[in-house]
Amino acid sequence: MEAFKIVLLVFLILCAISASLIKNPLLSVIVFMSYSLIMSIIWFLLESPDLAITEAAVGAGVSSILFFVTLRKLKALQEGGQHEQDKR
Amino acid sequence: MSRIRDNYEDSLWNRLTKWVNGESDPFAGKMEMEPLREADYVGDSVYNPERLDKKKVLKYLEDTEKNQEIRAFRVLYNLSSVALCLLLIAVLLMAVSYLPVLGDPNGPNNNEVSARYVEKGMEESGAVNMVTNMILSYRGFDTFGETCVLFIAATCVIILLRKSEEEIENAKETDWKYEPKPDAILQKITLILVPVIFLYGFYIILNGHLSPGGGFSGGATVGAGLILYVTTFGFHKTQRFFNEKTYDMVKVGALSLYSVTMIYYFYTGANLIENHIPLGTPGDILSSGMILPINIFVGLEVACTMYAFFALFRRGGM
Repeated sequence: MEAFKIVLLVFLILCAISASLIKNPLLSVIVFMSYSLIMSIIWFLLESPDLAITEAAVGAGVSSILFFVTLRKLKALQEGGQHEQDKR
Repeated sequence: MSRIRDNYEDSLWNRLTKWVNGESDPFAGKMEMEPLREADYVGDSVYNPERLDKKKVLKYLEDTEKNQEIRAFRVLYNLSSVALCLLLIAVLLMAVSYLPVLGDPNGPNNNEVSARYVEKGMEESGAVNMVTNMILSYRGFDTFGETCVLFIAATCVIILLRKSEEEIENAKETDWKYEPKPDAILQKITLILVPVIFLYGFYIILNGHLSPGGGFSGGATVGAGLILYVTTFGFHKTQRFFNEKTYDMVKVGALSLYSVTMIYYFYTGANLIENHIPLGTPGDILSSGMILPINIFVGLEVACTMYAFFALFRRGGM
């Protein structure tokens, strides 16, 4: 169990760092989702299942959906959109 | 009596206001300027973005060998940001080292308050789940404030993002008029999944006083199910059972019933005073007095808020 906890914590830190470093917004949001899922497992191991359910529903579910919707509105997800043209 | 000023135009305050408003150019008349050429007057303003060559500007900015100022600024900027980050990390690590160890019996979090919650909680409020017991009865006022914050947040999003039905219908070019393309796989899976998600959400809400969960988690689950339904079948189908009228009624109704329940609770039955709602046997579904209805109200409130956030971000209406 200790080893499992250490693996989870290492993954948590990796996810947190890579979510801020990844340039592609879509990948970044997906990594942030996996961060929330790992966090919810950690909440469960810390004996707070209430928080685990909330983290899984809000952190991994609703907030990432809101991120996706916002990115789509900003046209950051489309290939060859405004965002891509500025780079060239 | 105020002094009459004849040179108000030159006063410090007037010049400051003008400078803040951007009306005056602080370098006008003080610097030698090259007069504008005829070609720069194209269009309405002197600044013509079409004539501005972005590549030249970038080349000038990135030419750090000639531009010593920018080079120094970049080095200083990077160094100071790294230093700030290290300082923040050091402060946070120092603060963490002072925190008590998790689960320490002598820690400051294990005082008489939590001992009383654990010992008398079930007897006083009738809920088996300690967390719900604490959130909704001992600290019910906090949760009421949080629910009001959710209501205000949803109201602000409505004020900022709402579009009228005509605007949505007329907006053909933009993304606002959003209806998903019918996708057989997605629709079949959604038809199987959504009832299960709803059932699980309502289970979490109704069993809030018996098992982990409660109004907030269950409401978020129900809201996620609604969002899944909308993304698959579109807003027109969802409006058959959940439109703006339903949203208003459910949200305002749940919040006002919640406030009425809370006021009644504080006046009559807060903690040791006789509670007029029977507590029932701990472990039954219909037990624990106030907690079950309050859980339902919070769940409805949260589900509506989650759905409203999505619908307003996506389409600008429900």
